[in-house]
Amino acid sequence: MSNKMHIKMNVNGEEQEFLAEPRELLIHTLRERLDITGPHIGCETSHCGACTVTIDGKSVKSCTMFVAQANGKDVTTIEGLGGPDDLHVLQSAFKEHHGLQCGFCTPGMITRASKLLEENPNPTEEEVRFGMAGNICRCTGYQNIVKSILAAASELQAAKEAAE
Amino acid sequence: MIPAAFEYHRPTDMAGVLAVLEEHGDDARVLAGGHSLIPMMKLRMAEVPHLIDLQDVSGLGGIDVRTGEVHIGAMTTQTEIIENAELAQVCPILKEAALQIADPQVRYMGTVGGNVANGDPGNDMPGLMQCLDATFELVGPDGTREVKARDFYEAAYMTDREDDEVLTKVVIPAHGAGYAYEKQKRKIGDYATAAAAVTIVSDMGKCVQASIAMTNLSDTPVWSEAAGAALVGTSLDDAAVDAAVSAMLGDIDPTQDNRGPIEFKKHAAAVILRRAIARAWSRA
Repeated sequence: MSNKMHIKMNVNGEEQEFLAEPRELLIHTLRERLDITGPHIGCETSHCGACTVTIDGKSVKSCTMFVAQANGKDVTTIEGLGGPDDLHVLQSAFKEHHGLQCGFCTPGMITRASKLLEENPNPTEEEVRFGMAGNICRCTGYQNIVKSILAAASELQAAKEAAE
Repeated sequence: MIPAAFEYHRPTDMAGVLAVLEEHGDDARVLAGGHSLIPMMKLRMAEVPHLIDLQDVSGLGGIDVRTGEVHIGAMTTQTEIIENAELAQVCPILKEAALQIADPQVRYMGTVGGNVANGDPGNDMPGLMQCLDATFELVGPDGTREVKARDFYEAAYMTDREDDEVLTKVVIPAHGAGYAYEKQKRKIGDYATAAAAVTIVSDMGKCVQASIAMTNLSDTPVWSEAAGAALVGTSLDDAAVDAAVSAMLGDIDPTQDNRGPIEFKKHAAAVILRRAIARAWSRA
């Protein structure tokens, strides 16, 4: 039953079209088919959050979504947030505040945090910890991750106030 | 972690869903948020030759607060439950429980319908729905029928739903009671070691109505009628709470697993129920 289906999705602003078996997991589509390797495979069991992407405004663990479910959707990965020459505020903040150590969880952390700050631009430390509970880091002890996200939130707020 | 191959269906109405279910029987299953079913398919503990994705089916979403009751479409996500201000006014225990389910990413995807229909004894919504005396709406080839949450669960993953039926809606009566959802879990994303849903109505310092349901302490959720009855007519003195806890312990049937031995489960159940009763009473 190798029933390939026609899939269309927008990834980081680019239209993608291909044939795939519906059972293909979105994380595998991104990494192996589209060569978008920012989202990582950590646990592959929907626990660790390293594969987090944004789909139609939701933070989603892409290891727990079939490519068929994502057909017709808008997907944003860490690559869609910023690159080496134009770092996203969160990427700069993680760099500045040592929010990453080995870096494996970082793409998922930042992708999730971007959505969190979109929904709650001025979070408390507790709200950051609660909102980031679906992402696991095995190096930093979270202190610097939380610090980075709070710093990015302040920076975004300051920029917003300056613009007003 | 690659599941067995399947045929993917994404119908846009219930007639389309029912047609696939009728054609393929128990070879077909519906997919809501997928955060129970997809992990099982990846582990190949569930084989689903025909997967019916409900995401485009019209009429399955939405929270409708009416006089005396709340209607929640099966595809309503936990995040939508948490963010709905009107629902938080009339039925705040739903938000309190939803916030304790899994993690943010899972709550964006996980649905109320999937949570109650799956029949996993670890899920939080089934016990909560029993506590609140909710009614489930099931749609099948012969039309629509209603089943009380308290009559729905038969054993782990076994419910009153037939293979050709889909759970489409949950209807919860408005209660205006003091409430609490208390959950003990080992870590974020884990199922409960023990959880309790409690509602209490008070009048002149006495409990006039109480409902108590427990999660993950049997192969089904447990609505303990006797535990609730032990509180009614009392002012929740120590003796009444002890009686409720002891009635609850008589109704649950926990098994030993990686969350601990039976005695520990009973201990945790008692602690959690005492906390839930105290908090519900403080809000009654």
